[in-house]
Amino acid sequence: MPTRFNLLIGSTILAVLFVAAILGIVWTPYDPMLLDMMNRLQPPSGQYWLGTDEFGRDILSRIMAGAATSVGIATATVLFAVVFGTMIGLVSGGLRGWFDRVLMAVTDAVLAFPGILLALVLIVILGAGGMGITLALAIAYMPAVVRVVRSTVLSVREKEFIEASRSIGNSELYTLAAHILPNCLAPISVLATSMFGWVILAESGLSFLGLGVPPPAPTWGNMLATSRPYFEQALWLSISPGLCIALALLGSNLVGDALRDRFDPRMAVA
Amino acid sequence: MAAYLLKRLGMSAITLSLVAVTVFVLIRLVPGDAASLMLGESATEAQLEILRQRWGLDQPLPIQFLYWVGDVLRGDLGTSTRTGQAVLPLILDRFQVSAVIVLVAMSLAVLIAIPAGLFAAWRQNSLSDFLVVTLATLLLSVPSFWLGLLMLLLFGLKLGWLPVLGYVGFNEDFLRAISFIVLPVATLALIEAGVLIRMARASAIEILRLEYVAHARAKGVSEWKVLAKHVLPNAFGPTLTLIGLLLGNLLGGIAVLETVFTLPGIGRLLVDSIYARDYPVVQGCLLLTASVFVMINLVVDLLYPVFDPRVARV
Repeated sequence: MPTRFNLLIGSTILAVLFVAAILGIVWTPYDPMLLDMMNRLQPPSGQYWLGTDEFGRDILSRIMAGAATSVGIATATVLFAVVFGTMIGLVSGGLRGWFDRVLMAVTDAVLAFPGILLALVLIVILGAGGMGITLALAIAYMPAVVRVVRSTVLSVREKEFIEASRSIGNSELYTLAAHILPNCLAPISVLATSMFGWVILAESGLSFLGLGVPPPAPTWGNMLATSRPYFEQALWLSISPGLCIALALLGSNLVGDALRDRFDPRMAVA
Repeated sequence: MAAYLLKRLGMSAITLSLVAVTVFVLIRLVPGDAASLMLGESATEAQLEILRQRWGLDQPLPIQFLYWVGDVLRGDLGTSTRTGQAVLPLILDRFQVSAVIVLVAMSLAVLIAIPAGLFAAWRQNSLSDFLVVTLATLLLSVPSFWLGLLMLLLFGLKLGWLPVLGYVGFNEDFLRAISFIVLPVATLALIEAGVLIRMARASAIEILRLEYVAHARAKGVSEWKVLAKHVLPNAFGPTLTLIGLLLGNLLGGIAVLETVFTLPGIGRLLVDSIYARDYPVVQGCLLLTASVFVMINLVVDLLYPVFDPRVARV
């Protein structure tokens, strides 16, 4: 029961987020970049639902445009990490030998850099901006996918049905794609869901540090960073972007938990 | 036990070498001549030439790597191009600030999370279990920089109980130093407690299902003793591993928190150095943080057999 309840709440949050993000690309109540010095630091009202910022820009419009940026980057990052991570993990676990050993060494090296540390430095090399951040985060998160896929491959590759596929003359590659890959989908989907939240958090953190998508383009992280001087007089500036990051993270945690409980009954403790 | 110890030490040594290779490659990937990156814009052609010679920049990359590792092993990480300070003492100094915050926060988080997780597991599927798990899930979903800002607003600005800006070292004024780290520590402790509560609860539930717990209960051992003597030690192993990973992640992501609370820690130093293109310091921060993470994992793995002796026998 709690699992279904969590799944419902989590997926509702994520659905609203995606709708807001897609809507944010095509339409916002106001132009998110439009300066209006007559209406700066307005508290939330019927006209400006979430208030206006220090340049009179509508916060709701900026939150929606920021959702488009954050959700876009997070989706692209997760897709990139999952697609390439799965390919590498499959090949690595399937072929083993020196190829596997080299790849595992690289994975270990990347995993030795905790948190967003590696992404921070990769952004210096790749350049700030949507593309650089996506690549940097994807490289930082990919090893986790490689690990999960590889260990799944290793655990199923000796099972009878895999042996059967080989013995009827299917090639190693076909066996990997047709019989081993489907077994990896459950752990991948659990990981990808949680990863979506981590990437949103990491991207916001980088933006907060000024290393994300550069202003004036709104992101939740840079909105939070620029709200700071107006903290006491305009609290609403800090509330809405922070709440959005927290909700996105909560949504992906809840859905991730529910998926894990479903696919891995041993872990189902709720 | 000795074999386990040696194997684990060997693995850490390999990982450390991989860390060194990665940092070396990353810094070499930054566009520009390695010697000018390390000496900054003010370097003369003669100085550049000395460094190029010393690092063998006209030789193949693997040879260059060996020159570089030699310097690193001697503790020579260069000097900051921004301030001219030697990198090693600078990063160690800043690292202390971050380490104190992370360690105190993690200890608090463990003190909150273990009893809370154990209690929730013991009362599994009750209302109090549901409340503990829900609170934990909410806590771990809050971004540290947002919770930090809100704490600053409430306790710093509105109530005026704690200072809002700045930092004082512990050796200068102990009590004031504490007042500056209360909020960042509380912020981290709350969030990490959220993660740990769920882990402690999940591990404890697995243990509570086992036969020896039923056996102990059947013998008439009090519930309190069952939890403290049978469940707690056995459930702590997996939680310990998570603590290690979280410690590393905290250090890796501490920059955002140090930005909120204007603390002179290693994370803030790294970000400032990235902005200033101060590559010797960037390189030092990377090497130090990743090495500390490797060491934390080593310590955790060496402690693990204390809680689960089966591990050492494998």
